[in-house]
Amino acid sequence: MKTDLIIAGVGGQGILSIGAIIGQAALYDELEIKQAETHGMSQRGGAVVSHVRLSDQPVYADLIHRGQADLILAVEPMEALRQLPFLKTDGYLVTNTEPFRNLSNYPSRSEIQEAFDRLPHVLLLNATDIAHQTGNPKASNLVMLGALSAFIQLSLHAFETGIESVFHLKGQNVIDINQKAFIAGREEALSQLGSSRQTG
Amino acid sequence: MKRELFLGNEAVAQAAIDAGISGVYAYPGTPSTEITEYIQQNSLAVERKVHSKWSANEKTAYETALGMSYAGKRALVCMKQVGLNVAADVFMNSAITGIHGGLVLAVADDPGMHSSQNEQDSRYYGQFAMIPVLEPSNQQEAYNMTYEAFQLSEQTQLPVMLRLTTRLSHSRSGVWRREVLQPKTLRLPKNSKQFLLLPIFARKNYARLLEKQVPLNLLAEQSKYNFFRDGQDHSLGIVCCGLAWNYVQEVYAGSAIPFPIVKISQYPLPEKLMGKLYESSDELLVIEEGYPLVESQLRDFFGKGKPVHGKLDGWLNRYGELTTDQVGRALKVEYDAVFESPDCVVPRPPSFCMGCGHVDAFVALQEAVAEFGEGHVFSDIGCYALAALPPFESIYSCVDMGASITMAKGAADAGLFPAIAVLGDSTFAHSGMTGLLDAVNEHTNMLIVISDNKSVSMTGGQDSAATDILETICVGLGVDTRHIRIVVPLKKNYAEMVRIFKEEIAFVGVSVVIPRRECLQRAARRLRQYRIRRTK
Ligand SMILES: Cc1ncc(C[n+]2csc(CCOP(=O)(O)OP(=O)(O)O)c2C)c(N)n1
Repeated sequence: MKTDLIIAGVGGQGILSIGAIIGQAALYDELEIKQAETHGMSQRGGAVVSHVRLSDQPVYADLIHRGQADLILAVEPMEALRQLPFLKTDGYLVTNTEPFRNLSNYPSRSEIQEAFDRLPHVLLLNATDIAHQTGNPKASNLVMLGALSAFIQLSLHAFETGIESVFHLKGQNVIDINQKAFIAGREEALSQLGSSRQTG
Repeated sequence: MKRELFLGNEAVAQAAIDAGISGVYAYPGTPSTEITEYIQQNSLAVERKVHSKWSANEKTAYETALGMSYAGKRALVCMKQVGLNVAADVFMNSAITGIHGGLVLAVADDPGMHSSQNEQDSRYYGQFAMIPVLEPSNQQEAYNMTYEAFQLSEQTQLPVMLRLTTRLSHSRSGVWRREVLQPKTLRLPKNSKQFLLLPIFARKNYARLLEKQVPLNLLAEQSKYNFFRDGQDHSLGIVCCGLAWNYVQEVYAGSAIPFPIVKISQYPLPEKLMGKLYESSDELLVIEEGYPLVESQLRDFFGKGKPVHGKLDGWLNRYGELTTDQVGRALKVEYDAVFESPDCVVPRPPSFCMGCGHVDAFVALQEAVAEFGEGHVFSDIGCYALAALPPFESIYSCVDMGASITMAKGAADAGLFPAIAVLGDSTFAHSGMTGLLDAVNEHTNMLIVISDNKSVSMTGGQDSAATDILETICVGLGVDTRHIRIVVPLKKNYAEMVRIFKEEIAFVGVSVVIPRRECLQRAARRLRQYRIRRTK
């Protein structure tokens, strides 16, 4: 088993938190893990990316080779597209559709949709809406993490443990609302995958 | 024991705690900051009262750590690569004095300049000072090598440099810990002249440092972190320094590495080990993160030896960060990348936070200087440097910490009017104070704007050494109290701010305007912590 993941978004969207959760979850499931992330200047509203590599064999490089990522998980659609050169031919792109517009020249919805349409495997969800519905508008990152859980071989319990360990300093309430967002994202992804499997 | 998930930086921090340090001394700087932050929050470190408060700058940090070493205890000092320029005086001299308690310098380089002004390679400083340099290749080595570095420092009686780069500092992996050691007890150096670098003593100390070079080389030969591995194909021999080892293993993952290889994680370069590789290969490829230091060392000036490839002949990029792609290309192993980002994807540079006080100060300042045209505002290192980007594009320098004041002074000396410096509270405390003293002593006609957000924000909101004492410092340095003006940078105060800026530009002499409003991120963090404490 070996999974290479790219996680993308904008500074402040919680990319570091979901990276850390996956890391903890991987250790819980006794996998090898390397997870490289962006700290520093870009965290001020710039593009951020994290490379996550999981395996039952030793993992060497902290960075993923271009064209080798099994999956791109993005909390923001344009940031998803920015990372496309890393995606494998048969890789999956899983992204939030809600843009983070802190730019005047942000692409139009149709330009972004066209780019998605050209890819073989895409799963789109409005994580921002789903996060709102769970009562925690800021948790779109956890919604996306939930969607990811439908794809990768990490146990649900491992994810729960990861969420707990990353948020434990912030109190039980914060853990609970994040778990809720995670489950909502997971269910949405599973239902989309289920229906596409039935039709296709 | 369980494996724990650590950033490279956290592995260094945990190892230092486990090795029994009594203090960490540091000034924040990406990518080194998390080392100190980890120690500040670690329960064992807190229980042991390990010193972990931020220092005013890297020079004071290093000197204080050296003082702790003098007193016989183990100390860690951390900084980013450019911080070592600031600490270079004491750093170089600490190699001559030697140490008493183990002293380890963790310095984090930033190839690719993710968050830095340059990509200087700290290994040169290590070589310059003639001390051992350790360059771990992964998180477990970062832990182990830091843990052992204190021992190595005490054994060689030298400070030891731990050279990190962004990729290792900011990447997580599982790490096994070792036994927790007791901190050392207070004891003075046996030789009361050891730390006296008057020429008569310094000459002896320097001779001793030179004598140590042979044993240092031997230690590098014997280090378990340096090794030779033979391969089938002797047409090429590979030298991998630190992280480069990972990329080479990655390129050949699942199969044997065809070429003989030397992996280096401890310097000075072990001669015998390198010789073995040289003898057994037709040509060499040196893969290292940062400058072509080892490559230059191995390359024969007159080109008579075997060919040495790397960054100097274009096998690898001369600048930027190493990647698996790049190393693969040099080794002629390539993968397909089929997708490209579409043209509609535009760059997303960092930007000011919504509602940031620096923005309000800049908008007002821009209006106040508009009549003078471009080129009057010198700035510095901090969030406010984002004013270099659109829509502001209103600062004209950002060079090294504190340089806003001194460069503005030099320009004023040359006749520029108005000459304006904009810097933050932490940068002022770091290196602005001495420049202000120069300006005061010469009654330079200039305006200094200290945009005070009560925080070291660019690096994540650490405590600023100037908080609550900024005016006192300015008064103490001799600025006329009538020309120290405090404003609150809010939209509703624009008119007042513009008026004050104009008045102080018109005043002939040194004036200081302090727009003061707490950083929003820091305020939000404070509020969150308060709420958590209340609900507990
Ligand atoms: C010598 C040196 N040390 C550390 C840094 C890292 N650094 C960059 S910006 C910054 C923060 C400066 O704080 P302040 O001036 O208060 O500005 P703020 O970011 O809070 O607006 C630091 C520490 C550096 N670039 N150079």
